Amino acid sequence: MADSPSDKLAAAEFASAPILGPGYNYASVTDKISAIVLARRTPKWWIVGFLVSFALVMLLMVSVTYLVVAGVGIWGIQIPVGWGFAIINFVWWIGIGHAGTLISAILLLLRQTWRTSINRFAEAMTLFAVSCAGIFPLIHMGRPWLAYWLFPYPDTMKMWPNFRSPLVWDAFAVSTYATVSLLFWFIGLIPDLATLRDRAKNRPAKLIYGLLAMGWRGSAVHWERHETASLLLAGLATPLVLSVHTIVSFDFAFAIVPGWHATIFPPYFVAGAIYAGFAMVLTLSIPIRKLFHLEDFITMRHLDNMGKVLLATALIVGYGYMMEAFSAFYSGNQYERFMILNRMTGPYAPMYWLLIACNIVTPQFLWFRKVRAKVGALFAIAMVVNLGMWLERFVIVVTSLHRDFLPSSWGTYYPTRWDIFTFVGTIGLFLFLVFLFIRYLPLISIFEMRTLVASEEEKKAVN
Amino acid sequence: MEFMDSDRKNTGQPDVDNSALRKAASGGETPRFWRGFDELADTPEFRNHKENEFPHGANDPDAKLDRRDLLKVMAASAAFAGLSGCTKLPNQKIVPYVRQPEQIIPGKALFYATAVTLGGVATGVLVESHMARPTKIEGNPDHPGSLGATDAFSQASILGLYDPDRSQAEIHDGRIGSWAEFQEELSTALGAEKGNNGSGVRLLTPTVTSPTLGDQINTFLKAYPSAKWVQYESATRDNIREGAKLAFGEYLNTVYRMDQADVILTLDSDFLTSGPGCLRYARDFARKRRVEGPESKMNRLYAVECTPTNTGAMADHRLRMRASDIEGLARAVARELGVSTVAGPVAPPNVPAGWIPALARDLKQHPGASLIVAGDQQPPIVHALAHAINQALGNTDKTVYFTAPLEVSPANQWEGISQLAADIRARSVTTLLILGCNPVYDAPVDLGFKEILPKVAFSARLGLSEDETSALCHWHIPQAHELESWGDARGYDGTASVIQPLIAPLYGGKSEVDFLAVINGQSAKPSHDFVHDYWQAQRAGVERFDVFWEKTLRDGVVDGTALPPKQVSLKPGIGAEPPATEAQGLEIVFRPDHTIWDGRFSNNGWLQELPKPLTLLTWDSVAMVSPKTAQRLGGSSRPADYLKSEDAVELKYKGRTIVAPVWVMPGHADESVTVFLGYGRRRSGRVGTGAGFDAGWIRPLATPWIGTGLEIRKTGDRWALATTQTQSTMEGREPIRIATLDEYLKNPKFAQAEAEENPLSLYPEVKYEGNQWGMAIDLNACTGCGGCVVACQAENNIAVVGKKEVMIGRHMHWIRIDRYYEGGVDDPSTYHEPVLCMHCENAPCEVVCPVAATVHSPEGLNEMVYNRCVGTRYCSNNCPYKVRRFNFYLYSDWDTPSLFGMRNPNVSVRSRGVMEKCSYCVQRINAVKIDAERQDRPIRDGEIVTACQQSCPSEAIVFGNINDPDSRVSKLKAMNRNYKLLEELNTRPRTTYLAKLRNPNPEIEKTPAV
Amino acid sequence: MAQIFHRSTNTISRVSIYGAVILIAVLGYAVDVVNQTSYVTEVHNARPQPVLFSHKHHVGELGLDCRYCHSSVEDSSSAGMPPTQTCMACHSQIWTSAAILEPVRASYRDSTPISWTRVNAVPDFVYFNHSIHVAKGVGCTTCHGPIAEMNITWREESLYMRWCLECHNAPEKYLRPRSEVFNAFYKPPSDQEALGKRLMAEYKVQKLTTCTTCHR
Repeated sequence: MADSPSDKLAAAEFASAPILGPGYNYASVTDKISAIVLARRTPKWWIVGFLVSFALVMLLMVSVTYLVVAGVGIWGIQIPVGWGFAIINFVWWIGIGHAGTLISAILLLLRQTWRTSINRFAEAMTLFAVSCAGIFPLIHMGRPWLAYWLFPYPDTMKMWPNFRSPLVWDAFAVSTYATVSLLFWFIGLIPDLATLRDRAKNRPAKLIYGLLAMGWRGSAVHWERHETASLLLAGLATPLVLSVHTIVSFDFAFAIVPGWHATIFPPYFVAGAIYAGFAMVLTLSIPIRKLFHLEDFITMRHLDNMGKVLLATALIVGYGYMMEAFSAFYSGNQYERFMILNRMTGPYAPMYWLLIACNIVTPQFLWFRKVRAKVGALFAIAMVVNLGMWLERFVIVVTSLHRDFLPSSWGTYYPTRWDIFTFVGTIGLFLFLVFLFIRYLPLISIFEMRTLVASEEEKKAVN
Repeated sequence: MEFMDSDRKNTGQPDVDNSALRKAASGGETPRFWRGFDELADTPEFRNHKENEFPHGANDPDAKLDRRDLLKVMAASAAFAGLSGCTKLPNQKIVPYVRQPEQIIPGKALFYATAVTLGGVATGVLVESHMARPTKIEGNPDHPGSLGATDAFSQASILGLYDPDRSQAEIHDGRIGSWAEFQEELSTALGAEKGNNGSGVRLLTPTVTSPTLGDQINTFLKAYPSAKWVQYESATRDNIREGAKLAFGEYLNTVYRMDQADVILTLDSDFLTSGPGCLRYARDFARKRRVEGPESKMNRLYAVECTPTNTGAMADHRLRMRASDIEGLARAVARELGVSTVAGPVAPPNVPAGWIPALARDLKQHPGASLIVAGDQQPPIVHALAHAINQALGNTDKTVYFTAPLEVSPANQWEGISQLAADIRARSVTTLLILGCNPVYDAPVDLGFKEILPKVAFSARLGLSEDETSALCHWHIPQAHELESWGDARGYDGTASVIQPLIAPLYGGKSEVDFLAVINGQSAKPSHDFVHDYWQAQRAGVERFDVFWEKTLRDGVVDGTALPPKQVSLKPGIGAEPPATEAQGLEIVFRPDHTIWDGRFSNNGWLQELPKPLTLLTWDSVAMVSPKTAQRLGGSSRPADYLKSEDAVELKYKGRTIVAPVWVMPGHADESVTVFLGYGRRRSGRVGTGAGFDAGWIRPLATPWIGTGLEIRKTGDRWALATTQTQSTMEGREPIRIATLDEYLKNPKFAQAEAEENPLSLYPEVKYEGNQWGMAIDLNACTGCGGCVVACQAENNIAVVGKKEVMIGRHMHWIRIDRYYEGGVDDPSTYHEPVLCMHCENAPCEVVCPVAATVHSPEGLNEMVYNRCVGTRYCSNNCPYKVRRFNFYLYSDWDTPSLFGMRNPNVSVRSRGVMEKCSYCVQRINAVKIDAERQDRPIRDGEIVTACQQSCPSEAIVFGNINDPDSRVSKLKAMNRNYKLLEELNTRPRTTYLAKLRNPNPEIEKTPAV
Repeated sequence: MAQIFHRSTNTISRVSIYGAVILIAVLGYAVDVVNQTSYVTEVHNARPQPVLFSHKHHVGELGLDCRYCHSSVEDSSSAGMPPTQTCMACHSQIWTSAAILEPVRASYRDSTPISWTRVNAVPDFVYFNHSIHVAKGVGCTTCHGPIAEMNITWREESLYMRWCLECHNAPEKYLRPRSEVFNAFYKPPSDQEALGKRLMAEYKVQKLTTCTTCHR
């Protein structure tokens, strides 16, 4: 893609383009960001958004309670389609999480300074997405109250989990991922929490931020350890970006179901995850920079870069789809062939073609700088991709299962209203957490922005 | 008594004796057990006739939620989480006997021989009894009509016994009455009639073959010479009786010897899966089709039928034609075979050229070894013609013989019931005593029993449940179930069985014998004595009658009661008078339903949920039409307008209309519509009431079975139906491998065409040490009757889920019978294939279970451990055979006390959220293993019999040790017809199939089907 | 500027952080311990019975054979509880007027069964068969404990699956000669291992640990 004209332009222009608006010094950066948190009055749009998301969280509570009381039968799942919305949503949310870790960990190791202003809430997004994802494997069980049997512990039955099962690997992978992300995010927060502690006017705020800051005094030692810790965690998180979704993909790849049993799944899932993740980062960052007037911190350069990443991953994912179809035909396996034809022409064909439209066709607009330069367009594309990635999981889970080997046991899956409520509920939970985060924590890393200021000033000095 | 062992679940459940159970059943105490039937009650479609809901209307189990509060579920789950050690030992009681009966050993099952009847005809059974609770019915090997096999009806009669909706009290004009009170009123009523010899007394019973009951009734008729006895069943076999009369001048019982027949022609008959002796016929028929090697021979079956049946599906040549045209064909064949007297023949339409001559030649070539079987719904003349043809072919006394009638007093039931109605209208009936019959529901509709029954001064009705008829009688008396009462009945060949009670009546019901005793003023005498004394009288010669009686009870059959073949002489000039020219127009055919018969089983959840063999429909009856006719009736050439399955249509016949769902039935005759009796019950119970539509409502006296002039009008509504299989073709895959006999002889290994020798596997090879269990299923023998499905359900405590859940695809049967069509939609070949857990050696389900709840046993069983299962359903997703079943809700009934006694104590009743599947009846394996171990001997081949195998009439299923080269199953697996389902997946299934063979007539095979 | 926190906060926070980790570990362990206590398992808790029946007296002092009352132990899954009849076989002759036996006489008189409180119970989904264990040389007291010393009967073992497996994995540790199975005073010899191994061979004892041995 390096040869594409639009990109030459982009390269030329953005070489000079700032990743921080002009005329900022340490103080002003700090002011601007911490002001968002410490401001006395809460913006109206925040209250509205918060209430809406809160309502959805309540919907989630109701759905889950009813589920536990009545049983998974309230969903549309049946035989042959034993997995439905629950697993689809799980994979979708987990995927979304990835961008956060990628940005904060990998780009940190690659010393990509442009990540600075977006990594904080990208990480937050990761956390929230993972918590949404985590709900599903739990509640999709017939007997969720026995979920702890998936973990090895010395029990009165002298039984161990079946370590051959991808679901057990899942349990480990996801929990590890959640833990590391949380630590990483929190360590990153500490210096800023200290800043807030020092700038907070009222005592409760001082106390809370103070406790969370864990006695940070910004001494050289602190900074030195902080640096080491971040790098270490970044090192830990990096393989996780790959491992988690690889293992999630094993849930399918290890089964013999036509449409699941494919070696291409791990890379194709990871790419998909990053794809989805960046889409979600865009989806969040565009409104935020608008609402909090952060255009100087999250500049066009950021959006442009993310647009490019989106395009790149879109191409990888597209390649994945192609290979899926190709290997199905190349394999000469009648079940594989039937599966792919069934996807394209069967009862769920609309879903498949819509997915292609969302994930392959739409992102092609990102080849053009003009499109990448239009915030609205970027936002729209990001939304479309979010939808597309959900559809991808739907197609993989449902169309593979509903017509497998013996025609006699073929069936059709219809979600019930409870499937939808639960899904919407988790979206609510996600937004709910996001709203809390952007209001009460610095959504851009203050101390890292200060380093940017420094580098900008060096540039000036050079000129 | 016959003893068999079986270890019993060792739990805190009190060891119930009858009294305890009776208390439980009448809702007294409630030990812990299950739920399920009341769910059915609550789902709307059991109240609504029309149910316009799409399968994904799953989203209102809210009905369920009402009765499921969080605590309860948590309690249930806690009980299952038991092994995690988080539960305290509950306070349980042990209640031993005060005086322990001799044979009863706690934890050991006893087996008693008795019989269950359908349409009066007995099938011998052995009933498994745990601590005096009958739990399972098996065939009686010593009974000629069973030979150890059972059909779905007899299997399900266990549930009939424990049915919570059985009537529990005498009802007098809607209020609770008492037995004593009834006796008084009855005696006054009869006393009043004494003067005029009981001319106003009518006794209405179902078909009676019971010698004892017959004896009692005759005693009654002696006392009241002018009283009349009417026998009636809506699925009456009048045509057979009248056919015999037409041919031989007297009522006779026709018995077939399928084991002697090499060429069989059925005229609209389903002798393999319905009617007296069908179990025996299926076995003999299948034995004539066992192809073990190149030298083997096969019989050949020609089926001419209107409504597709299992027999038609088994046929080597199936010819579909309107039921009313079959007479024409019968005449043509008769003529062809030189039955000179036959008039006509009117050449029946749509018969391929040369078909009849070819058939005739084939029959001619097998004199004395061929057989013509006429169907119950065909008019007497067709039966007469069949007899004539058999005579002409010299089959009489070879492949078919005749005996004195089974019925104590054979009669034309159709005439009987209409005479009764006439008498009532004429006010000449003062006292009407009904034993079991339900005329208000199933008598010919134009007799209007609903209106006239109240005209009777004194009417009493003995019935299992309070139904349509009870509601209109002055007295309803709860009837004792067959498993609760003394009696006797004759089998298909006349062999008499003594019916002995397994348990004292749960609701203090009265048996027919008791009831007659009261009528005869002998109420003091217990019913046992009537049966005992009757046979003592019959066996006056026998010294030591007590020994004979003991033996009779143990064997389940009365020695030397099989009716001897009777010399018959064919009346001249059969079919001489020309055939009545049929009124043209759309034809309507009435048939008893395959799973609930004439409606008597409509409140039986097992039978309601048993998929009908050819449509795989549950919980509903349909109006069947052929694809062509469906197009025509659509009224326009636009495919959108064609009649489609699940369209609700209005059937108008002889001035009456009823709304019914359409089912477009491949292989059904054109211009003909089949409807089924037994549905649309208004007062049946929580399960049966309101299910389906009442075909009886348009079934007039004139045409009980076949009529013409039906009109159909689309209503535009949709009537959602619940079927367990939506895909009918094999999609170019080969789940069933088929060849003709010739092809097979040319290429004996055709079934193993693409079989790899030793496919590689990543998993360690299974070590063949000790017992290695496996199963072989002969598709050449399976008739698809569904007996095994219910047998499995009874043996393994499988829950009933209800129509709505079946529609979503959540039925729970561990063994299912797949049905595939091959060839065009108009006249396809139909194949059946029982599919149960394959117990794969490389089981895909085992690797993926996160908690090791499904694992492999050293003996090759794929074990499913319910109490370890957390319900991820991953195993089911990964099962290529989709034989795993999941408890999406708490399907098992934990609440209804009367069902507690029914359950097999050796099988866990599943909780919500766990996976379940076929276990090869591991409880039976373990029981036998323990005995063998204790006696320090190896397990004998055939000692372990799975429930499905046990019930199979055609011996299609064989289970055993595949590590023993001499075992029957090993021998079958060694045959070259043996193949593995989805072999290419290298799952190494332990259940394998023997390919299906057809034996077509080369002359006909050439001619293209019409 | 003024300190927000007292200096102790440092210590407190450190302690709480490390403490949390330790606490979780401890709790996990605690659950396991609690599951072993007789509060949960009922082990050694003598349970109240409608009749003060003493195994100590009948077995220990009078030396009754187990099978006199638990008659089906050798040929059925259930060892069997004696019908009142069995009690009366002796007590119609001796202690005919003992107050303590009134419930028994009452039961016999009015033929109302005595409802005993179950002492040894396994969950509903566990299928245990006495006859085969007895036949393979597993003594009564191996599982039911020193019955001859129990005035009021208690449960000797937790009956946890873990406990079952101790024997199913290593039967040689527990087997005894068939002749000794019903001996309530049997003491395993010093060379139990050797004996066990010999008996395993002799009685063809298998190590059955596959699920369907007990769960179906």
